[in-house]
Amino acid sequence: MSTAVGDIHHDHHHHKPSGITRWLFTTNHKDIGSLYLWFSFLMFLTGGAMAMVIRAELFQPGLQLVEPHFFNQMTTVHGLIMVFGAVMPAFTGLANWMIPMMIGAPDMALPRMNNWSFWILPFAFAILLSSLFMPGGGPAFGWTFYAPLSTTYSPDSTALFVFSIHIMGISSIMGAINVIVTIMNMRAPGMNYMKMPLFVWTWFITAFLLIAVMPVLAGAVTMVLTDKYFGTSFFDAAGGGDPVMFQHIFWFFGHPEVYIMILPSFGIISAIIPAFTRKRLFGYSSMVYATASIAVLSFLVWAHHMFTTGMPVFAELFFMYCTMLIAVPTGVKVFNWVATMWRGAMTFETPMLFALAFVILFTIGGFSGLMLAITPVDFQYHDTYFVVAHFHYVLVTGAIFSIMAACYYWLPKWSGHMYDEVLARWHFWLSVISVNVLFFPMHFAGLAGMPRRIPDYSVQFADINQIVSIGGFAFGLTQLLFLYIVVKCVRKGKPAPAKPWEGAEGLEWTVPSPAPYHTFETPPKID
Amino acid sequence: MKTIPVVTVGALTSVPTYAETQLNLTRGVTDISARVFDLHMTIFYICCVIGVLVFGAMFISMYLHRKSRGAKPASFHESVKVEVLWTVIPFLILVGMAIPATQTLIAMEDPSDADLTVQITGSQWKWHYKYFGHEVEYFSLLATQQEQIRNKFDKGENYLLEVDRPLVVPTGQKIRFLVTSDDVIHSWWVPDFAVKKDANPGFINEAWTRIEEPGIYRGQCAELCGKDHGFMPIVVIAKSPAEFDQWMQETEAQQRKAKEEEQRLLAMQMDKDELMDLGEKIYLANCAACHQPTGEGVPGVFPALKGSAIASKKEHLPDHIEIVVHGKSGTAMQAFGAQLSLRELAAVITYERNAWGNDTGDLVQAADVNQHMNQ
Repeated sequence: MSTAVGDIHHDHHHHKPSGITRWLFTTNHKDIGSLYLWFSFLMFLTGGAMAMVIRAELFQPGLQLVEPHFFNQMTTVHGLIMVFGAVMPAFTGLANWMIPMMIGAPDMALPRMNNWSFWILPFAFAILLSSLFMPGGGPAFGWTFYAPLSTTYSPDSTALFVFSIHIMGISSIMGAINVIVTIMNMRAPGMNYMKMPLFVWTWFITAFLLIAVMPVLAGAVTMVLTDKYFGTSFFDAAGGGDPVMFQHIFWFFGHPEVYIMILPSFGIISAIIPAFTRKRLFGYSSMVYATASIAVLSFLVWAHHMFTTGMPVFAELFFMYCTMLIAVPTGVKVFNWVATMWRGAMTFETPMLFALAFVILFTIGGFSGLMLAITPVDFQYHDTYFVVAHFHYVLVTGAIFSIMAACYYWLPKWSGHMYDEVLARWHFWLSVISVNVLFFPMHFAGLAGMPRRIPDYSVQFADINQIVSIGGFAFGLTQLLFLYIVVKCVRKGKPAPAKPWEGAEGLEWTVPSPAPYHTFETPPKID
Repeated sequence: MKTIPVVTVGALTSVPTYAETQLNLTRGVTDISARVFDLHMTIFYICCVIGVLVFGAMFISMYLHRKSRGAKPASFHESVKVEVLWTVIPFLILVGMAIPATQTLIAMEDPSDADLTVQITGSQWKWHYKYFGHEVEYFSLLATQQEQIRNKFDKGENYLLEVDRPLVVPTGQKIRFLVTSDDVIHSWWVPDFAVKKDANPGFINEAWTRIEEPGIYRGQCAELCGKDHGFMPIVVIAKSPAEFDQWMQETEAQQRKAKEEEQRLLAMQMDKDELMDLGEKIYLANCAACHQPTGEGVPGVFPALKGSAIASKKEHLPDHIEIVVHGKSGTAMQAFGAQLSLRELAAVITYERNAWGNDTGDLVQAADVNQHMNQ
């Protein structure tokens, strides 16, 4: 697919400032990628700490550690941080690092905007987290902030929540514009669209989703702001508004948002499985079309989050059918991955372990998703722990496992060192066991009737919750091992060759490890 | 007999397990809930079969086609035939799922020709039931003691799933629920009926059920509705039609009598101790969730009453009665005029004006409240 082009002689162009200014003023896609990834990990630990508070309170029936109002703040901010602070910035970080190197571009197309889109993020999260210390506490209305709980009945600090979401949205939109402009304009000669690695393709499509829906979210929070502080009645029936309209607007953003958090994963897995199978990806073009159809369908299914709000039967049927339809392209992807493995020559290094776990566990999340699509049964599942189990399977063992797979896969390229394979396997096995102890029993709790977002529960759920909490603590602690492995690898380790994985394909493996500060200043030639 | 539960596909329906831990959806007690349960199991089994096939192929591949066994990678990487096949087959399976799902859904969404209509109104954090065609309505609140929640007493069998006044309905009749809310969105859910319907403020949703067996059925609010979302359970008692009619007559008579009694007691003056005792009880049951037992509120969310102008300044007495009786629109403060009796309103207002260092010395009587309400 590609040929190596040495560009080491360009290295004397470095004007890399040192110390803090290097990071503050950087316009280098690799630096900004690293900033995004470290920031995302910091947020992952912060949101994780909140999950630990939740699981500790739910360890036993009764109120032991926190008050219900604080518990609600924990579930809300945990969700917001994990979605907007951990998963999305991690993917943007990976995009920054890898997209230019994968398409043979010297950098992102809009490097100054790139700097700006990262550096507003810490402020957004500082505002969000500071709201927890205001009188009345931070947002306590769930990450979905349904009106009127988030308007008339919300704490005084709601404005801070609104502004922090605005800033996160601006950051995402700028990042998405950058990805699109880079991919459309900066591909090396000969790198036509159907030669792009799938990670580039999936991010390309994700970026369009981001530009389409982040303004909708901005509109929703702005209406919450004016309803609460300026006397408008968008979501207040007493003034001619409609609280259910809020949910339509929110989920018109929210459903594409869940694909924003999973499409780049599909790209990562489509890179890793062929590499460790030593066999080309099965059905490249069908993967591209499947991704595009998932993206289109994602705009037609939002109301499946709202079956209990009292929609007309016709609308319920429409959204049920569209939602079920998403299983088709998603199935195609899973089948393609399995076909890629079939008659390959597999080895099981840590990136591959995470990728395999992704395929199985994400598919389990897909199954529960299919069950949730069936409207009559959704009436029973809706707002129970069954839903909590479902979306944690797709987001934790889906999105986050793919991010970890990506980190192990590209760490040698980023750092120039091999990570500690033994410790990494420990990290994998501890994670994969604890995450299932954590989330699998939640299916049972939900089916048995435990509602989500409650700080206390009836005694019949005590056994399940205890198991879940133990899994939660174990999964949380295990991620400190991940931090240790990454820090250790960045500092020292066995020097990594340009291409540490036998079966890996792509332009990123044609440059030395660690990747020089500037790569592909002369475009590579693509066959 | 205790058995460790082995979760296999077949065992899921009837797992003997430790204590009372339920692992699957309930089959429920209505025709609809049974259909929903069957649908749930069908789709679950289909997912299991697909899972076994897909994961099976993966594991076979992981075992046979590994480099350590000397596997050499094949070179195939596309096949239009296969791609079409695994697009069309799943699609057909989905059509097969959609047919029974559509039938069940259409049956569920037909609330016409009901025998009895009950209006259900959610508010923070209680349910209100009103029977159409009968002079009966009442609030239904959590009955679990705070001491159990705070781990001071042992937890009872129905911990957090018990209320002071359950909804009573007849068996064998089609009961229509009109669901709405006074403040935020709640969701009225009883798993045994497969009924979960959001209570939206300003709008009315319809749902229905026909319960086959007499019994006590429990559920909970399913939509996050603020601080005490976890503490607003639902209890429904289904009685045979004859017993239900009897219950209805008794309750109607009781409520009528209570209203007459209240008018008669208007002339009665209560002394301070009486007012303060009753007031404290009412305050702890209805007001303390937000304003706190100390009257200090939660800064930034729920205002303090202790030292507040409205509760501690003599000239604000009419405002105080007004806000308790009619609530304050645009805030979480509910109108308690419909929820408490005149005596109780008088007592709780007196209590708020004389507790925690608020020393107005005001004694509010039922007649004062009544006069305010009739203005």
